[in-house]
Amino acid sequence: MPRDRRIWKHPIIDFKRGRKVRFFFEGKVVEAYEGETVAAALYAIGIDVLTWSPKLRRPRGPFCMIGKCSSCLMKINGVPNVRTCIEPVSEGLVVERQREIPPIPETSENRQVHVEELDVDLVIVGGGPAGLIAAMEACKRGLDVVLIDESPRIGGQLVKQTHKFFGSHEWFSGHRGFEIAELLSKKLASFKNLRILTRTTAYGIFKDNVVGAACFGSTPGNYTIRFRTCIISTGASENYLVFPGNDLPGVIGAGGAQTLMNVFGVRPGERALVVGAGNVGLIVSYQLLQAGVKVLAVVELMDEIGGWFVHAAKIRRYGIPILTRHTVKEAWGCERVEGATVVAVDEKYEPISGSERDYEVDALLLAVGLTPDNRLLAQAGAKMVWLPSAGGFVPLRTVFQETTLRNIFVAGDSSGIEEATTAMVEGAIAAITAVESVRGISKEDEKYRKRLLKFLWGEYRASPVVRRAAEAKKKALIDPEKLEEVVRG
Amino acid sequence: MTADNIRKRGYITYEELKARGLLPPEERMLKGPVAIAECPEEIPCDVCVVTCPSRAISKKVIYELPRIDWNKCTGCGICVGACPGLAMFVIDMSKGDRAYITLPHEFLPVPREGDEVILLDRKGDRVGRGRVVRVFTYRRTYVVTVEVPRDLAMEVRAIWVEK
Repeated sequence: MPRDRRIWKHPIIDFKRGRKVRFFFEGKVVEAYEGETVAAALYAIGIDVLTWSPKLRRPRGPFCMIGKCSSCLMKINGVPNVRTCIEPVSEGLVVERQREIPPIPETSENRQVHVEELDVDLVIVGGGPAGLIAAMEACKRGLDVVLIDESPRIGGQLVKQTHKFFGSHEWFSGHRGFEIAELLSKKLASFKNLRILTRTTAYGIFKDNVVGAACFGSTPGNYTIRFRTCIISTGASENYLVFPGNDLPGVIGAGGAQTLMNVFGVRPGERALVVGAGNVGLIVSYQLLQAGVKVLAVVELMDEIGGWFVHAAKIRRYGIPILTRHTVKEAWGCERVEGATVVAVDEKYEPISGSERDYEVDALLLAVGLTPDNRLLAQAGAKMVWLPSAGGFVPLRTVFQETTLRNIFVAGDSSGIEEATTAMVEGAIAAITAVESVRGISKEDEKYRKRLLKFLWGEYRASPVVRRAAEAKKKALIDPEKLEEVVRG
Repeated sequence: MTADNIRKRGYITYEELKARGLLPPEERMLKGPVAIAECPEEIPCDVCVVTCPSRAISKKVIYELPRIDWNKCTGCGICVGACPGLAMFVIDMSKGDRAYITLPHEFLPVPREGDEVILLDRKGDRVGRGRVVRVFTYRRTYVVTVEVPRDLAMEVRAIWVEK
């Protein structure tokens, strides 16, 4: 059924859509706008089922929308398993659903792969708040920098944040997230010593300080990047929740829904239920309301709201109920969520039978936490530590963000789930320490780094509302003096 | 009780604001427009402090609750548009049987002067109708002043414009 899920008027965002392009979807011609990705464009015209699961042939719709899950893998121009959520549309693409584990095509239609070896002072993997600030601080100080990002454009998850940021005026407080991404992108464009590789995936860290990276798209490339220092700022991925029907199209990560509606201007649904009342769940509920989506309720398993009071107050005053000690029992529907059952839980968080309530919704958004994406570090052999309060495995690091791998740093959510302000500060600290490794540190920089550390640990993280994340980050610290011991095992 | 009531409900009551010392003294309320920060948690944020043109808001450390110097505050409403938590409001109780509330609004359609709008309290209940008397934007947040019956001055915290 053709329909238009695009948002044409929004109180905060002016969506800049490019020219119309046409491509083939399952043999039919469909229209999209340049700048959209394949998954966003298909969802916008009412196509819920992007692909089928390979074994049970269950319908699959968008979930994370940032290339971290496998919900949107389709065949494009004969190439299977393309992450369509980060694959830009272009004229004449041939897009097909998958119905099984696809065979690897024998011909690669003679595409030339550009092969290049680079030698840089600093390679940064991940162009979110941590990576962008790191790039800026390193470039300012004259380092040769390569910044790699999987998405068609840099900015990480800042690009979908429409609310104004808290924090310090020295770190963009009062600006909306997408404005910060624009400001930083513009700033970075002025550096001649920076090379940005978008649509590029770093697939490994190898011996003798080499990052391997593959660029997808119309000009595929394979880069071997020899580095003196490396910053991993690869962010995080959204968690799933286990319940019957959790894989139906329309069950979307809260962040995935933000990407759909705030980046591409595509409504995730008409009537939504949000699971999880942390900051992400509360913020996405408010943004859904701004996009003209009715939010029936936010359900939260715990006794109290997890997010900040002000974010809760923002949705309560528009009549959105927050049901604490409730969870989702199941979702139902045929090729799309048509409704969900919510159930109250007792003090042991066990469902109370008889308390079930049904909601007719076509979107069920999961805001149940994030897991740090630091597989590159784990692969390279960095010492990891299991910290549930940081979101899972995180690398041990010094206060200067150096991991147990010499000259390899970590910053932002990949070092433990926190938020954008701390990600930026960590990025700055990592960059200055990288500069120190490459060619020593100036007096001013030493002073600046001290000030950053004082702000981060002594001021920002001293706030009671961020205590849990702050304590988790503290637990992942290792004394720089002891680093040598740990490295040697 | 372990959990704070406001963290269970997601809204704060007038009594709770008063008990926490977040409201200006009554004499000040009667004098003219004044800002109220419904910001009961220690969020690391300095937006109101650096934005206030009268330098009426201060914090010693970044996560402290904002302190408003009620005598310096002119009720201009800039903080209402600037606050990332949408937690600042300006209340004017100096004009007879009507009160004037300045609040943030980030929805379409854009409220216009003279519009009659639905008045919502902190838990989203419709408590009446009011008239928009002033609208300006601050960094894409609409700052709307609405005229309400005096007894609703401490209840109304949002408006809804019917399409």
